[in-house]
Amino acid sequence: MATQAFQKIYTKLNQVTKATCSVSATGIGNEELATVSGRLAQVVKIMNDSVTLQIFAGTEGIGTDAEIIFFGKPPTLKVSEHLAGRFFDAYGDPIDGGPKVEGEEVEIGGPSVNPVRRKQPSELIATGIAGIDLNNTLVTGQKIPFFADPDQPFNQVMAMVALRAKADKIILGGMGLSNDDYLFFKHAFENAGVMDRIIAFVNTTENPPVERLLVPNMALTAAEYFAVEKNEKVLVLLTDMTLYCDALSIVSNRMDQIPSKDSMPGSLYSELAKLYEKAVQFPDGGSITIIAVTTLSGGDITHAIPDNTGYITEGQLYLRRDTDISKVIVDPFRSLSRLKQLVIGKKSRADHPQVMNTAIRLYADAANAKTKMENGFDLSDYDERVLKFATDYSMEILAIDVNIDIDKMLDTTWDLFKKYFTKAEVGIKDEFMKIHWVE
Amino acid sequence: MTKGIVKGIIANLVMVEVDGPVSQNEICYIDHKGVKLMAEVIKILGKIAYTQVFESTRGLTVGTPVEFTEHMLEVKLGPGMLSKNYDGLQDDLNKMDGLFLIRGEYTDPLDDDKVWRFTPLAKVGDVLTGGDWLGEVPESWIAHKIMVPFVMEEQYTVKSIAALGDYTIQDIIAVITDKDGNEFKLNMIQRWPVKLPVRAYKQKPRPFRVMETGVRTIDTLNPIAEGGTGFIPGPFGCGKTVLQHSISKNADADLIIVAACGERANEVVELFVEFPELDDPRTGRKLMERTIIICNTSNMPVAAREASVYTAMSIAEYYRTMGLKVLLLADSTSRWAQALREMSNRMEELPGPDGFPMDLPAIVSNFYARAGFVYLNNDQTGSITFIGTVSPAGGNLKEPVTESTKKAARCFYALSQQRADSKRYPAVDPMDSYSKYLEYEEVQEYLNKNVSPNWVSTVIRAKDILLRGKESYDQINILGDDGVPLSYHDKFWKSELIDRVILQQDGFDPVDQSTPMKRQRYMLELIMSICDAEFAFETFEEVMPYYVQLINICRQMNYAEFDSPDFAKYEANLQQTVAERKVK
Ligand SMILES: Nc1ncnc2c1ncn2[C@@H]1O[C@H](COP(=O)(O)OP(=O)(O)OP(=O)(O)O)[C@@H](O)[C@H]1O
Ligand SMILES: [Mg+2]
Repeated sequence: MATQAFQKIYTKLNQVTKATCSVSATGIGNEELATVSGRLAQVVKIMNDSVTLQIFAGTEGIGTDAEIIFFGKPPTLKVSEHLAGRFFDAYGDPIDGGPKVEGEEVEIGGPSVNPVRRKQPSELIATGIAGIDLNNTLVTGQKIPFFADPDQPFNQVMAMVALRAKADKIILGGMGLSNDDYLFFKHAFENAGVMDRIIAFVNTTENPPVERLLVPNMALTAAEYFAVEKNEKVLVLLTDMTLYCDALSIVSNRMDQIPSKDSMPGSLYSELAKLYEKAVQFPDGGSITIIAVTTLSGGDITHAIPDNTGYITEGQLYLRRDTDISKVIVDPFRSLSRLKQLVIGKKSRADHPQVMNTAIRLYADAANAKTKMENGFDLSDYDERVLKFATDYSMEILAIDVNIDIDKMLDTTWDLFKKYFTKAEVGIKDEFMKIHWVE
Repeated sequence: MTKGIVKGIIANLVMVEVDGPVSQNEICYIDHKGVKLMAEVIKILGKIAYTQVFESTRGLTVGTPVEFTEHMLEVKLGPGMLSKNYDGLQDDLNKMDGLFLIRGEYTDPLDDDKVWRFTPLAKVGDVLTGGDWLGEVPESWIAHKIMVPFVMEEQYTVKSIAALGDYTIQDIIAVITDKDGNEFKLNMIQRWPVKLPVRAYKQKPRPFRVMETGVRTIDTLNPIAEGGTGFIPGPFGCGKTVLQHSISKNADADLIIVAACGERANEVVELFVEFPELDDPRTGRKLMERTIIICNTSNMPVAAREASVYTAMSIAEYYRTMGLKVLLLADSTSRWAQALREMSNRMEELPGPDGFPMDLPAIVSNFYARAGFVYLNNDQTGSITFIGTVSPAGGNLKEPVTESTKKAARCFYALSQQRADSKRYPAVDPMDSYSKYLEYEEVQEYLNKNVSPNWVSTVIRAKDILLRGKESYDQINILGDDGVPLSYHDKFWKSELIDRVILQQDGFDPVDQSTPMKRQRYMLELIMSICDAEFAFETFEEVMPYYVQLINICRQMNYAEFDSPDFAKYEANLQQTVAERKVK
């Protein structure tokens, strides 16, 4: 960024740590942006005339005589229609060889929507994946992560969901993305011929980790522009939020904050909530839907990152490899979409909620039968039947490569009910039995 | 007035050097380029006041001027709060312009120009004190009492009182004098510092009545007393919010105050959207007419999150002093504790367990102690029943917030991950949960008198069956289906009958979502009569299908209107099915 006349320049650092430095300066605003030896930095603490900055690219090689230039403003993004189809780095500078984007300069991480001005989300997002549409239906304005092991194909599934979701804009916030994954997204979008609807802010593993802290807010600021100014349906993809949190902990630990659980800062909940709560349905039709990825370490969801995330988001999706059918499924037990009840049975067929619950209950019975079998006990006739049901249900409904509409998912499930169970075992309200249980 | 200058900024902790006296919890305004940012003093060290700012501090610079107000964080109380949507600092959210919240915008919680029909209740010459009733105005359907302000704790004599007529909240409705003859002109507005409990009542006895919530697993198994306290801990997604919403829709209270504390905005929107449409099952009025929402969602400033629960409690105390039955719900009190932790960490205080402040248990128990059933000075009764949710980190109940709350609250509704995973909603664990009120003699007496003569013993029997069912289930799992006597299967399935018919309740079904006590009694007694029966089974394989059939019929009953032809039809079917196998 070019130096301008009114900017304050200092050249004497008092302190340098791994991610931060301090300088004596006056008239500096909290959260103000600066450069330290050309590296972008942000004010995180002011005590009298001592200003502490967090340097996004790290402090390696920063000398006490480094030049510090304060910009007099917090991080900003220039927003306009021209963002569409472009790829940027964490600072919002183009990485696709194209020109800088002109537009209105807005502060990132801006104010929250007044809750009374929100509209209740009510538009179903169809993805063709039954583990989502049937069991964990997504709604515009929702925020939901995939809780995934690092070796699971979460980015592929996320790209698939994004491309089928009929969004006006898809904004990718990539944090610590491997170069391969970055190229995967790029090619997936190119191949689908939707580049004009894509905007990406990408921090790859080759970039400094602390830069990631800017990525979600860049993506969400762009999203707000399209959702508020253009009344568009915007889908924001954030991957991998665990790496974002790791960067948060680097900074807070460098600032000698008392870490809470799993060496995460005590403010982790608030920090994550500020991002995820940007998901919103506006009255004029615009919306921001956030689908994120939170990778787990060793499947542990009690770790502070997935735990705090779960308390903020409106459900979570788990991928699982079903060894009986050798395919990836969306796990029906632990996955949950909290907003599904706003649309199921209303925007979808009336029997949807009951069919969904019954199938999952029977699937749970199958899991119990399986445990019984593994423990060497005899299986009852019912056990045998639920096990067969579960295999068919996985294969015809849950497998991630099945792409059908919701009515078809419901009909197929009814067929499986009829094939394996009695009416009493299914136990659905009579009014639906009358319509759908035709022998 | 004391003034100050900003000396340091760490997130929303701002250090201010002051030129005069300041007090703990005093409110000050930081003048950031003409925008006044509200802040509260939370620590004083020499000339430095540590303040938590209720807003974002972005752009704030050292040297910014600060003005102190000489008062603590207060609520403004008067008619017109019903049906309002407030933020944590009691700003009326509907009065704010634009889609986004604007920093430093504070709006009036009351409406100055609204006219109220005032009926005097006190007479000239009456001797009154804080909380005593001067008159009343109809606020929606509530007879809203205009009281001597709570802060006036002496004895006062009424010198004059307004006649029946129309007044705004600013009009003087009474003049009272203290013992020295000093006059106080009173209008309909009073203010109260939120962190202090209102003590304008005569006596706070042990609660002895039960508050119906319409939720069977609570009312039948572990009832909460009117004026009692309870809490709902549970891992994320287990149903804390859904359960609280069900309670708020169906509870037998005059007034519901919902404090959405650091949780999702969409959940509050659900209330905004649904409550004006939904009927109060008892009065037929719209739910919104008996509801006040205090909302500080997770993306709103952290310090205001802490304030929000106190704001809600103070408003509850105000309405209790009118002789009303208030139900206060807070979701989630863990977010409030986390707000305390964030500030305490920024101030580099010595942390207690998990980084929470050392005095967390005291803070929590002081807060819960503000609930309760009271006899007012005029011998009328009022109550605040308080139910909070707790969001334990990692779902582990051995963490500071859960443990502190367990000491403070008398009812414990533990949500179990396992039940939620198998969609056994509401996921309240029938074994771990308890209501201490069920042990109160006065509550037992109340139940046996008002529900059914042997109610308490019937409930205890039902709990025993649940326990025995679980033991049998464990044995079956260890020894195998045919490795245990047939009776184990029977015991297990009897507990399943209670679980699936009484405990499980569909929170989204129009009929099943709320069960009046009369119906709960009917169903429990019906189910217990089946549990008391002996059935003929040849092999264990016959047990499950039979009970599944019974459960299925009972669930159809749950979905049908009570006493409707459908209900009767299912019941007849049930009795017939029972008779088919019953031997004793
Ligand atoms: N009684 C119920 N009937 C049917 N579904 C329920 C019930 N309770 C909870 N659920 C399901 O569980 C989901 C999560 O419930 P809820 O939002 O109440 O969880 P929570 O405990 O408040 O979680 P968090 O701590 O994350 O806020 C709901 O969206 C709904 O799908
Ligand atoms: Mg909740």
